[in-house]
Amino acid sequence: MLRYTLKRLASLVVSLIVASVVIFTVVEIAPGDPASFMLGINAQPDTVAALRAELGLDQSKLDRYLDWVGGMLTGDFGTSYTYRAPVAQMIADRLWVSLPLALYALTLSTVIAFPAGIFAAARRGGVGDLSVTGATQLGVAIPNFWFAMMLVLIFAINLRWFSAGGFPGWDRGFWGGMKALTLPAIALALPQAAILTRVMRSSLLDILGEDFIRTARAKGLSARQALWRHGLRNALIPVLTIIGLQFAFLLAGAIIIEQVFFLPGLGRLIFQAITQRDLIVVESVVMLLVFAVIVVNFVVDLAYAAVDPRLRTRA
Amino acid sequence: MSLLDIRDLTLSIHGKEILKGISLSLAEGEIVALTGESGSGKSMTAFATMGLVPKGTEMRGAIHFGKTNLLTLTEPQMCDLRGREIGMVFQEPMTALNPVQTIGAQVMETILVHDAMTPARAEERARDVLDRVGLPSDRFPLGRYPHELSGGQRQRVVIAMAIALRPRLLIADEPTTALDVTTQAQILDLLKDLVREQNMALMMITHDLAVVSDLADTLNVMRHGEILECGPTGQVLREMRHPYTRQLFEASRHEANLGAAKADDVLLSVQDVSRDYPLPRTSLFGSRPQFRAVKQVSFDIKRGERVGLVGESGCGKSTLTRAILGLEPVQEGHITLDGDPVWQDGHANLTVRRKMQVVFQDPYGSFNPRHRVARLITEPFHLLPDPPSGAKRDTAIADALAAVGLRPEDADKHIHAFSGGQRQRIAIARALIIRPELIVFDEAVSALDVRVRAQILDLMADLSRDYGLTYLFISHDLSVVRSITDRVLVMRAGEIVEDRPTSDIFDNPRHPYTRSLIDAAPQLPDFQETQDAALPAL
Repeated sequence: MLRYTLKRLASLVVSLIVASVVIFTVVEIAPGDPASFMLGINAQPDTVAALRAELGLDQSKLDRYLDWVGGMLTGDFGTSYTYRAPVAQMIADRLWVSLPLALYALTLSTVIAFPAGIFAAARRGGVGDLSVTGATQLGVAIPNFWFAMMLVLIFAINLRWFSAGGFPGWDRGFWGGMKALTLPAIALALPQAAILTRVMRSSLLDILGEDFIRTARAKGLSARQALWRHGLRNALIPVLTIIGLQFAFLLAGAIIIEQVFFLPGLGRLIFQAITQRDLIVVESVVMLLVFAVIVVNFVVDLAYAAVDPRLRTRA
Repeated sequence: MSLLDIRDLTLSIHGKEILKGISLSLAEGEIVALTGESGSGKSMTAFATMGLVPKGTEMRGAIHFGKTNLLTLTEPQMCDLRGREIGMVFQEPMTALNPVQTIGAQVMETILVHDAMTPARAEERARDVLDRVGLPSDRFPLGRYPHELSGGQRQRVVIAMAIALRPRLLIADEPTTALDVTTQAQILDLLKDLVREQNMALMMITHDLAVVSDLADTLNVMRHGEILECGPTGQVLREMRHPYTRQLFEASRHEANLGAAKADDVLLSVQDVSRDYPLPRTSLFGSRPQFRAVKQVSFDIKRGERVGLVGESGCGKSTLTRAILGLEPVQEGHITLDGDPVWQDGHANLTVRRKMQVVFQDPYGSFNPRHRVARLITEPFHLLPDPPSGAKRDTAIADALAAVGLRPEDADKHIHAFSGGQRQRIAIARALIIRPELIVFDEAVSALDVRVRAQILDLMADLSRDYGLTYLFISHDLSVVRSITDRVLVMRAGEIVEDRPTSDIFDNPRHPYTRSLIDAAPQLPDFQETQDAALPAL
């Protein structure tokens, strides 16, 4: 198990290095000089040169890469061109919205998907199964911004249970913040829950057809006992994979929902930074997201090994 | 009084009749065998007794276990009975255990699910039972996982689970079919001992008459959901009153008419071949350890010869086969066909590849189900520099199908339209179509019923005689190899330990390993000759 963990950890570090090089190169290749973009089209060449020097854009590419990586390792993400504010602080502010939102949505989707998937698999072909499968079809098909607007219409405008958008910040207390994130989290969780339910159901059905389920029944376990004791844990591997992917998506891919609910999240930050050619912000946010994805994958890998003893010895 | 008494059991699934009024009974301490070919309903009889039938199953008649009719019990009552009063052992030990639970937990579960003992006592019992089935605690602690065990060891765990609560009836569904001969012999002995020791009744389901003849007190021969013949095993096999029993018996020891081997010049030459596999790294740096699966193997096969390659699983025969087919490079030595190397410049040598073809075990899995037969059997044409097209291609397809006893019209069908035996004929047609010199049969008849197997063996013999084909016949089944080969290579732990003409090897094995293989293989009694002799003791 230790060897497996170390191996995964090594692959995590390598992935991070490769990702940082790729991100740096791509941003370098992108057309448009940030200095002239910031100063506008009428800027004098020597002003542009001065700003380039100030931003460090005149150094060699290798130096700038090392500066960038070294800075990130020490928590210094540089200064945004357009906001003239430390990038680290900007990201941290946004992360305090996006991360809780992603976790909230993921929890909702898991809490819905596990029981629904198990329920459907246990009643394969029955009315319960058909209803769940039908509902998941709908959940995948409904566009989440439309669903978000419906939520706003019903719960914010008509019932006035929640506010229609915005985020009051966490200073006003945990529950206030959670309340503001509830509608967005539901809107985000719906399609994810639908997908996860289907994965849970089909994975469990595959396992229920395995020989060892028949062996368990021959020992005297009821169908239900066989499902819970022998089916569930074996069915988890594909489910964990999907959960990992969903978390990464929720962290960065919530931009449309952030727009609908007017939330100051990472998605909007990166969108604004791209339109304003704020390359330092783009680089840093993308790197952070890649870091999150890689760490999530690492955690998922460890979870695989916890679930399946065969992986522990094979590594 | 009998322990299990099945009376006029009829079973249909969604209206299709699977069992047509079968009756049989078992007494305590008795071993009753159900035998027959696939689809005869023998496994369904077992599952009906366990109450584990698929949805949409209707049953009529009665299954009396002691005084209760199992068909009248509710599902919770059946759950209570399963595992406690009736235990079951399955065919596929590799998949019969939950891969994420320890063997100890799985054996204990049988006990705990019935609330038969406290967890501490259950653990003790689990240990005792595992010891009893031959998995001692020093090598097989309760914390072992199934993937750390071999097939035979896993089957012992399955047996331990089935007998943990000392059931009165044990049902074994093809318990040794997936195992090597020596392991099979050990498992059969274990089952026999357990029956005697615990005075259990054993319902043994097998397609293998040789296994039955040695083990069962009573034999039931089944076909199409009916019991055709029933009686004491010795008597049934001696008298064979039903023609079907006779057919099964004859097919089981069928010997194909090979004709004399031509055997002139050397076709395939394997010289000092070694094959290594990299093992998982033990340290982050440094080279990966290697496992030598084939060790310095040398042999020749002459043109027109039929050679068998026999050994137990893990002996390296599949590895060697892949090297001969040019699918993988060898680390040492040379393999040549007709003087040309099978592997050249980092890939299989195509001029050689078109001179050899292979037929695999699973006739269904080796075909793309979406293609028609014509396309399936012409696949080897891609090996030819200028493959036939148009009318010539159609003729080649028709000829190949005719050669294996199928009709030219079959070319337009899909593979699912054929039975297992017909599929294997199609696989042979695919191998024949480019007129190879050598055909490698990799366990090609292992999955077939005995009567079908006999027909396929005859077909192979005919083709070899008609076309002068050379065969390399790989199998773990000695009786099959005996009937279709001129010469046998016995392989063990990567080495060939014996290489002699077939009749010599079987009549007078020299290597102790060959002898143990032959001894372990169950034999059909030769009643034809002893018919007038005294009744053998049962």
